Amino acid sequence: MRTLPNISFWLLLLVVLGVAAIPVINGDATLRENLFTILMLVTLASSINIIMGYTGYVSFGHIVFFGLGGYFAFYLMQNFGVHVIPAALVGGVGASLVALLLGVPVLRLRGAYFALATIGINEAMRAFMNNFEPFGGALGMFFNFSVYDLYGGAKNAGQLAYYAMIVVTLATIAASFLVKKSKFGLGLLAIREDQDAAQVLGINPARAKVMTYAISAFFPALAGGIYFFKNGIIEPGIAFDLQRSIESLVMVMLGGYGTVTGPIVGALVFDRIRSALITAPPIELGSFSINLSNFHLVVAGVLLLLVVLFVTAGVIGWLRQTFPATRRFLE
Amino acid sequence: MSTATSIILEVENVSKRFGGLLALDKVNLGVKQGEIFGIIGPNGAGKTTLFNVINGVYAPTEGRVKFNGQDVTGLQPFHLCRRGLARTYQVVRPLGELTVRENVTVGACFGRENLPLEEAERVADEVIDFVGLTERKDMLASKLNVAQKKRLEMARALAARPILVLLDEVLAGLNPQEVADMLFVVRKIREQGVTIIMIEHLMHAVMNLSDRVFVLDYGAQIAEGTPKEISNHPRVIEAYLGDPKVAERFLEGAA
Amino acid sequence: MNIESLLGASIDGLMLGFIYGLAAMGLTLIFGVMRVINLAHGPVIMLGMYTVYVLTSQFGWNPYLSIAFAVLLGLVFGVVMYFIAVHKVINAPELTTLLATFSVNLMIVGIATVVFTTTPHTVDVQLPSFRTGVITIQVTRVVSALIAIIVTASLYYFLYRTRIGKSIRAVSNNRNAAELMGINTSAILGLSFGLGTMLAAVSGGLIATLFGFNVLSGGGYETKSFVIVVLGGLGNPTGALFGGIFLGLLEGITTMYLPLGWVPVIEYVIFVIILLVRPSGLLGAR
Repeated sequence: MRTLPNISFWLLLLVVLGVAAIPVINGDATLRENLFTILMLVTLASSINIIMGYTGYVSFGHIVFFGLGGYFAFYLMQNFGVHVIPAALVGGVGASLVALLLGVPVLRLRGAYFALATIGINEAMRAFMNNFEPFGGALGMFFNFSVYDLYGGAKNAGQLAYYAMIVVTLATIAASFLVKKSKFGLGLLAIREDQDAAQVLGINPARAKVMTYAISAFFPALAGGIYFFKNGIIEPGIAFDLQRSIESLVMVMLGGYGTVTGPIVGALVFDRIRSALITAPPIELGSFSINLSNFHLVVAGVLLLLVVLFVTAGVIGWLRQTFPATRRFLE
Repeated sequence: MSTATSIILEVENVSKRFGGLLALDKVNLGVKQGEIFGIIGPNGAGKTTLFNVINGVYAPTEGRVKFNGQDVTGLQPFHLCRRGLARTYQVVRPLGELTVRENVTVGACFGRENLPLEEAERVADEVIDFVGLTERKDMLASKLNVAQKKRLEMARALAARPILVLLDEVLAGLNPQEVADMLFVVRKIREQGVTIIMIEHLMHAVMNLSDRVFVLDYGAQIAEGTPKEISNHPRVIEAYLGDPKVAERFLEGAA
Repeated sequence: MNIESLLGASIDGLMLGFIYGLAAMGLTLIFGVMRVINLAHGPVIMLGMYTVYVLTSQFGWNPYLSIAFAVLLGLVFGVVMYFIAVHKVINAPELTTLLATFSVNLMIVGIATVVFTTTPHTVDVQLPSFRTGVITIQVTRVVSALIAIIVTASLYYFLYRTRIGKSIRAVSNNRNAAELMGINTSAILGLSFGLGTMLAAVSGGLIATLFGFNVLSGGGYETKSFVIVVLGGLGNPTGALFGGIFLGLLEGITTMYLPLGWVPVIEYVIFVIILLVRPSGLLGAR
């Protein structure tokens, strides 16, 4: 039942790797851009799932780690010419440390209070960065193009970013799987079901939750470092975008929290719907022309409400419940 | 009775106050290794509070708790579990979204032996057989009936390989057949060498099973002794006199 | 920094604080009655703003009359929102209702963005300001503060002097017991939710007469409401009122010493710290 790396683990990684490799093989730049975004969303959603799906603590403001990782890495790349890989790793470790420090007091809160606190933390960080001159304040920081010389030009840098993102996404999925199937993950599940009962059974909830939070902070931070490296510009509004944070949450709920494949499915579906809406032609109603590009928020809201009211377990969760045979390979 | 039976649990002058309410009033007791120690008392007497203090859910306002020779006063419950003290709840707390097997594996993983996952699963299977839940191994815990949930609760506690187990009203809500089955399991636990402290309202069960009985009323000790001594004790009869049936049963027990 | 400018900033902040308190009371009322944290609170404030905007700019209504309409709209909206999004999951864990109300947040902001886009809008209110000594007081602020006070007073009267108000208090105390006593708890819950959103909408309308806004403005005021509610104690309306006044004063005074950009930082940090240290609020939860 719970043996580490089994067939579904490798299968999943191979599928993701395979799909991600397509634009590398056929050189389709548009596909590569789309997949870059999707991979990043998968990373964000999977990392929220690590804390939320396994411990039941919903991190509304999880994007704060994306932003922190981005800022730390950007600063190093911009001012010290550090290569993106070590810079992103430093950003990841930095964000994890922040998660460790904040996690100790914040994870003592229960349920809704924790969710609110994470929003407060994200907003506080955004407001702070808005005023923090060494990191560029409200205008943020931007690369002068010589930064890309280290990689042989902007085009190479873009490709490198894509490869790096593939690795990060695979690592996140692997971590999600390992956490879930390990003894550590079993303890988390117990905490999620009944924290007091878990304590009586010998589990130290505080330590387990904080460690999980730190793990879940590492991957979005890596993604942030890579994303803003590719973007060449970082500013507080984009780095600590609460809306993006909630969207990742919707993806997890949609796909199914507590599962490894759920966030992947959720991210994919959500992204496709949003793209469809953004590129859809405007609807003509008499003299009014309604542009659907902003409608994705409404769709996100409706989807979230439907999931919360009717299909709490999300797509994958529903599949696993309705067809128990799928439990074996749809983790 | 062997001469070298050690005292496995000592409660010294423990009081617990909640705001203005004195839930436990200078309770003193000592439980010998290998015995079955019964705790009885009217509703609200403080029995579950006593368990909560022993197993670390509350820290006592005054007094000390010593387990296996070490002072464990105020330690968190998971520390006590790792030292070999397990506990079941009066209102069962199954980990609903997990199967029976997963539930018991949790107990085995984080208990005294701190086993890795695969070994823990093996221990879990053993314990599940021991309590008689083998057929329901893969059922979701939330789908069990009350009697099965109580057994699950016990299995989870036992999987941690405890030295001492606190059973809080394991017989409540069971029909006579289920009670008999559960008592059978309790006796088996004792045969394995595990010390048992049990809170019970079912008089005939606790009187039959216990080596010694401790009586609480309004948070204070009113009597301690063998079941026979207790059933004759005037203060105990007085405390229970509100329920004539119970008083009758006491007198029957004494006869 | 002299005493007069400090006094001026304080009075200004105080008046604004009444409006903040009004909004926060809406949030805390909903939590107090049904233990639901309404994450659509911000967008409803924004709805109030835009109600006033549409009525005044498209239909030429008097701004304060529009606010009266916002009262009605806020109430009806809340009741409808309750029965669509909240009622089914009212007994679920707090996180579920959190997500449910948040989904409505997304929907409102989404529709508003489609209709109004993200351009800023203003409502023109032509009222004078008068000076006493060196202090300038804007009449718009005074009027808004007064309206806020009147609404607050009406709310208290309603809750403590009417039969329905008593039912609301009964339901928030013990829902099952209230049901057993013949109170239609579903209707009361719907009404309470509506009252909460009504207060949010009114405060939005009042703010619209003072400052410019856009479809995303609700978020900032929602956070202020959270800070206030956490300060004053979740479920405690009096606490929300005092918390609002406190925040208004705090804002007014700190803007004299710090650049405007730092005010949100302070607010969010206070919010997080109080959540961590005293989640039941400085004045104690209900």
